[in-house]
Amino acid sequence: MTTPTVPTTLAPPPRFSHRSIPEYVGILLVLGLVISCLMATAPALDKLSRGIARLFAPSGMLMQMFPPDFSRIVPIGWKLLETLQMAVAGCFLGLILAIPFAILATDRLSPHPLLRQVARAVIALFRTVPDLVWAIIFIIIVGLGPAAGVMAIMVDKIGFAGRFFAEAMEETDVGPQDALRAIGASRLGTIVSAVFPACLPSFTATSLFALEKSVRGSAALGLVGAGGIGVDLKVAFDLFNYDEALAIILLMLVLVIAVEQGSGWIRKKLI
Amino acid sequence: MNAHIAPESSQAGSTQVGPVLVVDGLVKDFDGRVVLNGLNFTLAPGQSTALIGANGSGKSTLLKCLIRLIEPTAGQIKMLGRDVCALNTRDLRSFRAQVGIVWQRHNLVPRLSVLSNVIHGVQARMSGPRAWFQALAPAEVRAEAMACLDRVGLSDRAGARVDSLSGGQQQRVAIARMLMQRPAFILADEPDASLDPQTGEEVMALLLSLVRENGLSLLMISHRLEHTLEFSDRILGLAQGRIALDLPTAQADAAGLRRFFDHQEPA
Repeated sequence: MTTPTVPTTLAPPPRFSHRSIPEYVGILLVLGLVISCLMATAPALDKLSRGIARLFAPSGMLMQMFPPDFSRIVPIGWKLLETLQMAVAGCFLGLILAIPFAILATDRLSPHPLLRQVARAVIALFRTVPDLVWAIIFIIIVGLGPAAGVMAIMVDKIGFAGRFFAEAMEETDVGPQDALRAIGASRLGTIVSAVFPACLPSFTATSLFALEKSVRGSAALGLVGAGGIGVDLKVAFDLFNYDEALAIILLMLVLVIAVEQGSGWIRKKLI
Repeated sequence: MNAHIAPESSQAGSTQVGPVLVVDGLVKDFDGRVVLNGLNFTLAPGQSTALIGANGSGKSTLLKCLIRLIEPTAGQIKMLGRDVCALNTRDLRSFRAQVGIVWQRHNLVPRLSVLSNVIHGVQARMSGPRAWFQALAPAEVRAEAMACLDRVGLSDRAGARVDSLSGGQQQRVAIARMLMQRPAFILADEPDASLDPQTGEEVMALLLSLVRENGLSLLMISHRLEHTLEFSDRILGLAQGRIALDLPTAQADAAGLRRFFDHQEPA
C-alpha cells in the first residue's frame, strides 16, 4: 500500500536566485577580464598549427628524440640519485623548519599576535618567490652545486608546508587542547600531546606531497646550476642531443612515478 | 520539596573543616549580556554538589570561571585556599593542576592510546617529554596511570587506541586522566550527557565514589534529575544568573526539581 502524495498549493522555489544589478556588473567585469587576458596572451591558432607541424616534421625535434639514447645511463643514473638526494634532504629540512613557523602562524598556538603576523609574512614570502629564484640566491651564497639546490628546496618547503601545517592546526578539534590547558599543561605540552597527534594524518599527507613536489622541482633546479639532473638536461638540449634529452626525461619520469607510488603506499599505511 | 535555603546557610551532608570554595559576587557578562549576576555560595569539602538549571542559565560558564578558563567580569573566587582571580599565569597553572575536570565531551586525543591519554594527566605536575606519551614516561608514572585505569576498570584496555572505545569507556578514561592529576576538587560538566542511562549511572557512581572514598569535593552539572538526586549531597539551582535554589539533596524530590527546570524559580 502506497501513501498518496499530499498535494500542495506552494510553488517550488525559482531555479535561479534573483541577482542584483551590481552582481550582474561584477560577473560581466570578470568575464571581460578573462577574455582580455586570453586575447593578450593566448597563442594564435595559425601559429600553433604551424609550430605543431614543425615539431612532427622529419627534421623536427620530436622525430630527432626517437629512439631515446640510453648510452650514458650510468652517469645519468648517478645524477638522478643526486637529484633524489637533493629532494629528500631539502624536503626533510624544510618540513622540520616548517613546524615552528606553522605553530607561530597559528591563531590559537602563537604566543603573540605580532609573532603570528611575522611568521605568516615569512611563510608567504617563502611561498611566493619561485624556487628557481631561491636557487640563484643560494648559488650566490654557497656556490654552484647541489648544496644550493637543497637550500632552495628547503626554503620552498617551509613556505609550502608551513601554510598547510598551520591550516591543519587551526582546523583541529580544540577540545583536547582545552582539556590539557585546563589541567595546567604547558603550551609546548599541549601542542605535542594534543595538537600533533590530531594533525598527524594531515601532516603526513602534506609531507609526502611536498616530497613529490621536491623531486619534480629538483630536476628543474639544475637548469640554473643548483645541482641534479637538470644540468644534463639543459646541456643535452643546448647541444641538440634530443635523443639523450628524451632518455633523461624518461628516467626522470620513472623516478617521479616511483616516488609517487612509494608515497601513496606510505600514505595508505599511515593515514 | 518546598524549602528554599539561602546559599550561605546550606552545609548539607558534610563535616565542614573550612570552605573548599567561596564564590562572592561573581559576575560574568559577554558584551553586555549578563550570564552570571552576582553569585554567592560556599562549598564544604568532601561534598558532592549538583548544579542544575535550564540550558543557557550559565552553569558551564560558572564552571569555566571557577578555574578562569573564562575570565570573570567581577567578583571573587576562593578555591582550595587560593584567591583564583588574583593568580598570575604561573600560579594559575599550578592551581589548575589541583582541579580535575570531567567534560561533557571527554576531550581525549583520539589517535593516541588509552595509556598515553591517562599519562597526559601528569602534565598537571610534570612537564617535558616524559609526560607527553606513554613510551617516554618513567616507570612510576606508567604504574600510577595503570592504577588509575584500574580504578575505572579499564586497565585491560591500556594499549588500545582511545577512539576504538565506546563513549562510556572514553568517559572513564577521561576520569582516569583526571585522577592522574591527583586533584583535590573535581568539576564535572554533564559527564553523563552523551551516555546511555546505565553507562551514565556507572560514571556518576564512579565520581561519587571518589568523593566518598578519596575525600574529594565534587561540583557537577547534570540535566538528569535522577542522577542529581542519587549522586549529590547538595543541590544548587541557577536561574537568571543567580543561585535560585540551594538545598540538601535529602530535602529534594524529582517533582520539585522538575518545577524548578520548568519555571526557573525557587521550587
